Amino acid sequence: MEELRVVILVFISTVLINNFILVKFLGICPFLGVSKQVETAFSMGMATTFVMTLTAAATWLINTYILEALNLPFLRYVSFIIVIASLVQFVEMFIKKSSPVLYKALGIFLPLITTNCAILGLALLIPLNGYNFITSVVFGLGAGIGFTLAIVLMAGLRERLEFSDVPKTLQGVPITLIIAGLMAMAFMGFSGLISI
Amino acid sequence: MVKKLLKDFKNGLWRENPIIVLVIGMCPTLAVTNTVENGLAMGIATSFVLLSSEIVISMFKKYIPNNVRIPSFILIIATFVTFTDYFLKAFFPDIAASLSLFIPLIVVNCLILGRQEAFASKNPTHRAIADALGMGLGFTWVLVLLSAVREFFGMGSIFGFELLGSWYEPMVIMVLPAGAFITLGILVGLMNVIKRRGN
Repeated sequence: MEELRVVILVFISTVLINNFILVKFLGICPFLGVSKQVETAFSMGMATTFVMTLTAAATWLINTYILEALNLPFLRYVSFIIVIASLVQFVEMFIKKSSPVLYKALGIFLPLITTNCAILGLALLIPLNGYNFITSVVFGLGAGIGFTLAIVLMAGLRERLEFSDVPKTLQGVPITLIIAGLMAMAFMGFSGLISI
Repeated sequence: MVKKLLKDFKNGLWRENPIIVLVIGMCPTLAVTNTVENGLAMGIATSFVLLSSEIVISMFKKYIPNNVRIPSFILIIATFVTFTDYFLKAFFPDIAASLSLFIPLIVVNCLILGRQEAFASKNPTHRAIADALGMGLGFTWVLVLLSAVREFFGMGSIFGFELLGSWYEPMVIMVLPAGAFITLGILVGLMNVIKRRGN
């Protein structure tokens, strides 16, 4: 029972309280780059969630049974990035086969998931937090859902922004950053929701 | 020759500044700029990795097969990042602790991989060095400016020196995530105004 409680708390806290984008600043590039339309943002979020969950599982196994067992912590960054790059390649092949339309919509941002710092950040946070296997996978899933939540909300706001009168100086990147700041403020309201 | 190198160097400072013009490398920009010390350390660490990987890649570009160039670049970058991480942990443990996760995350900083792809893999070593120095400096000055604004309003100090007296009520929001987004948004907006005036 205790185990289940921890897993649920980890999940809620990763989605809302320690949101990867708005609180931890991980994954800002796709957050600013792919948040123009709700639909694309949602697919991007789903692809990232999938890669994150697999990454959490794969890097936990590698870290525990290879890197720590053989005392090779200095190979951590190099080996993690290789695992992530191969997983992204795998997801890319899968999407290309199953949904060519989605493949086209995501375009360049699909291979760029490799350099999404949220993924490597996730892989590095797991040994730092000392999670076990199940908790790590849930942590990866929660991080992905939190990412999707933030990017879809942002896309919704930006679709509305098209029809509003933004001062010329702030058009484009500046107004997007300021909106992100306001969203981060709103997410601060979740802190203190639960404590582990 | 020298003129050309100078042009490569100046490119990153303003005209193609990585943060305010190209808007890449956002995660460390926003995350570690809560104090000037952190911002400066992050800028120097990133510049070091950028410079060393641009040198290596521009020297070995003929031997790296085109199909696997991106993975090769990332491995070279990851090696230098591991080096930087261990160096900081050994000599500057305080800075390493406060930057924590964001040192290893230099591996996936789009700025570094982007410059390898756009510049180092196409140009000779001496030009790559000029480009890396310019881009590194361009990244660092924006980081320092951003962190100075945030530290000044958020804590009333710069570089840890108390500038404003006890009468000043710190705007805590400035050192929190929300403040980072808003400050950078306003800063990019200001740069747009300056650029328009210039034209």
